[in-house]
Amino acid sequence: MMKGGKIKLRDFHEAKWDEPIIFELNRKGERGILVPEVEKEIEEEVGDGISVLPEHMIRKKPPALPEIAQVRVLRHYLRLSQETLGATINIDIGQGTCTMKYNPVINEVFARSPKVTELHPYQDQETVQGALEIMCKLDLFLRELSGFSRFTFQPGGGSHAIFTIMSIIYAYHKHRGEEEKRNEIITTLLSHPSNAAAPAVKGFKVINLYPNEYGLPDIEALEEAVSEHTAGFIVTNPEDTGIFNPRIKEFTKIVHDVGGICAYDQANANGIIGIIRAVDCGFDLGFFNLHKTFGSPHGCGGPAVGAVGVTEKLVDFLPVPLVDYDGKKYYLNYDVPHTIGKVREFYGVFPVVLRAYAWIRSLGAEGIKEVARVAVLNNNYVMKKILSEIKGASVSFPKTKHRIEQIRYSFEQLKKETGVSSEDVIRRMADFGFHLWTSHHPWIIPEPFTIEPTESYSKDDLDEYLTTLKRVVEEAYEDPEKVKNAPYNCPIHKIYHEPLEDPKKWAITWRAYLKKRKNWE
Amino acid sequence: MVIKKDGKTIVHPYIPNSVPEVQEEMLREIGLKDIDELYSGIPDELKFKGKFNLPEPLLAECELKRHVKRILSKNKTCEENISFLGGGCWPHYVPAICDEINQRSEFLTAYAGEPWEDHGRWQALFEYQSLVAELVDMDVVNVPTYSWGQAAATSLRMSCRITKRDEVLLVDTISPERLAIIRNYCEPLVKVKLVKHDPVTGMMDLEDLKSKMSNKIAAIYFENPSYLGFIETNGKEISEIAHDKGALSVVGVDPISLGVLAPPSHYGADIVCGDLQPLGIHMNFGGGLAGFIATRDEEKFVMEYPSRLFGITKTIVEGEYGFGDVAFERTSFAKREKAKEFVGTMAALWGITAGVYLALMGPKGMWEIGKTIMQRSQYTMKKLSEIDGIKAPRFKAPHFKEFVVDFNETGMSVKEINKRLLEYGIFGGIDLSKSFPELGNSALYCVTEIHTKEDIDKLVQALREIIEGKR
Repeated sequence: MMKGGKIKLRDFHEAKWDEPIIFELNRKGERGILVPEVEKEIEEEVGDGISVLPEHMIRKKPPALPEIAQVRVLRHYLRLSQETLGATINIDIGQGTCTMKYNPVINEVFARSPKVTELHPYQDQETVQGALEIMCKLDLFLRELSGFSRFTFQPGGGSHAIFTIMSIIYAYHKHRGEEEKRNEIITTLLSHPSNAAAPAVKGFKVINLYPNEYGLPDIEALEEAVSEHTAGFIVTNPEDTGIFNPRIKEFTKIVHDVGGICAYDQANANGIIGIIRAVDCGFDLGFFNLHKTFGSPHGCGGPAVGAVGVTEKLVDFLPVPLVDYDGKKYYLNYDVPHTIGKVREFYGVFPVVLRAYAWIRSLGAEGIKEVARVAVLNNNYVMKKILSEIKGASVSFPKTKHRIEQIRYSFEQLKKETGVSSEDVIRRMADFGFHLWTSHHPWIIPEPFTIEPTESYSKDDLDEYLTTLKRVVEEAYEDPEKVKNAPYNCPIHKIYHEPLEDPKKWAITWRAYLKKRKNWE
Repeated sequence: MVIKKDGKTIVHPYIPNSVPEVQEEMLREIGLKDIDELYSGIPDELKFKGKFNLPEPLLAECELKRHVKRILSKNKTCEENISFLGGGCWPHYVPAICDEINQRSEFLTAYAGEPWEDHGRWQALFEYQSLVAELVDMDVVNVPTYSWGQAAATSLRMSCRITKRDEVLLVDTISPERLAIIRNYCEPLVKVKLVKHDPVTGMMDLEDLKSKMSNKIAAIYFENPSYLGFIETNGKEISEIAHDKGALSVVGVDPISLGVLAPPSHYGADIVCGDLQPLGIHMNFGGGLAGFIATRDEEKFVMEYPSRLFGITKTIVEGEYGFGDVAFERTSFAKREKAKEFVGTMAALWGITAGVYLALMGPKGMWEIGKTIMQRSQYTMKKLSEIDGIKAPRFKAPHFKEFVVDFNETGMSVKEINKRLLEYGIFGGIDLSKSFPELGNSALYCVTEIHTKEDIDKLVQALREIIEGKR
């Protein structure tokens, strides 16, 4: 960072509270909050309310929840929050594939308004016109950005969107009486793991295309994979290598030629939003993650929205309801002839839909394009610096020069020369207040690490991150043990994985731990 | 090119490097002249050259706020009215501390960090798992999934893998939304069949259940309290019927009832699922849902979860708690198509929030809230029944917070009645005439700790006027 006119490493230490488990705060008799008691007249009319229950349905022993005074609960959770490196308090370019970007605080103000939080999904539609308007308009905006004909906001995340897509593909073929014959989904090995996992839940056999030396799936391999059994194709483009498949239109054509459906996993749309549209690449459906590209926060892993968009021929298969406008009012439309039904109760996570709406309204078309361009500029700047200044690091698939918004790198050479692995570097980066992440499995790139510098970081931010990474790598050459034993400046130190893998020892809850800790000796 | 408005260059506050000089400097460093060159890997024919039909940006936050608030002001909320809507998304009081914690930037904006630098996130989710475990009296609880519907669907798929069978029986009083989710999630690998309910009590028809049981059935699923509000009191018998044929008993539950109601594990449930929304999470137009799944701590159960399961462990420093993923190799992150279903971004922040709620409430709070809810709902049923033509509850059974109000004798449709109630500032119960046609003109009413006697009396008075005025 820049301080006193010089670039220096940050002298960082994360909060360390050594906080007990919440059950250890128990003090019999303390109260965190009181519950309203009923009025005397109600008590007189109905008694204690409990005695209507048959004896065997009454809980005999109260749940062993801790008893803790309000301020002590608050303090405990505030301390835990301080022991969490949220995206807004670090330069969060090291969680590749996650599109960590600025989550505008004003959008939080909107999402927390009682006009949002205190709505029930079954209210008379006249009373939720504002919410329906936001949903309807965001649908229209996303249609513009993708070329699709319709969106649903029901899926609660990217993986859920993929599952929804698989459900639609299944329903489409079933409608044509081909669901038994068309039982294969083709994806690529570098696509997100859920692109392979979710089709299997829907009963599809999964075929993975492997990357060639340029980091791209082979078109010949696709030609070999397609057949009358092909139900569909789902792909991320660019994958986490940041390499855009320039022949994507040929890919979708090959799949269409055998009667398959083409789905675009646009979880990582941040470098191409406003630059290309899914339909122009030949896709029939796809999804955006509103909690990634569209600025809604990740919330430690949800709540979220994977907004699924489809072309005209698939609109009739979408989950119900859709949101429509009849010229006078907005309404929920359940008239979807071949709907897959539902993937989530009600209409999706409305606060996330609202934040995405506000994000688009703040940026407009040119702003969105600028988001993509700057994300790509930042990424290529970081790549240039890593390759020229960081010893032992290399880029995956070096034969391909052009990268979009993120890159899977490798510390293979560093590992060979120092014994320090990418996981060691990752732990040491945490000592300076940074995340760094390996990559999705399988690790076909040895010692991987993935960086996605979105548009939210300044050049100075990127330089600070890179200076630190460079210093950690220097340390690996000077004093490898120091890096291997990191972290030192985090709330805790290196953990033992072994108790997490052994059924006799694993403890997923405090009560299980109390029973099983004797097995840890 | 940077953003232009009326010929002026705009540096957007969300994009630090939209400063033209900085872009030039960075491009120089890379050895390029224009950002567009970075897109040379994308064929020109794929690039969008048209103009997006999006509204002009509201660049000043002040303008954006005015615009969004204006739209939101069209909503009329359950706070500004008296709402008796429930049915899977319920009005409960949200303690201020729940919001204080889940809006902390650290939690709100964190994602997938490692056990050391995100220690607080791991501990908070481990604690949520542990707190819900006490409520359901079971030893394993997952990091939450999307909703109760998804939790139930996954519980059923888990049952199929555990028993190596592929049919499930569901009670037909299940929530229609959850049923739709389960049907889609099970198709085409798992066959879903419905079991009838007793038309008088609402409970599962045990004769019909027995006639449908076979050694193909992986699980019997029912809900307690049921979607229609009554409490299923034959849980033990149902679980025994399942176990006799080697099937599992899967029970969906409203966790806020478990201070007073026996948890399903006490009447034989093998897998318990439900929604966390009642535990300190706002309704959010249905966006506050989060599903949990709980089981015993047996390897055959644990290894079938698709979810993240955060476990406690040791660190290299004596006495320091650490956390990590239990049996990570189960998950799709490790195994792709060979995994147990799939996992991803789901509803973690609501899990943390539910943990905060349970820590605040403690055992006494959970007992008291259950008692208050039952008293208020019983009072409402009693008072409504005093109105000529209204029968509440429809089913002869104990109820928790919801109950079916039968309007068939009034000569009015629920739709009409609810329209009229709206004039009184009251959101009437869910119209069941389409989802449960056999109930005719009936509605599902929800009464919780937030409804005062005054609110309830207003409802009773309004209905009296509407119905008697009609006659």
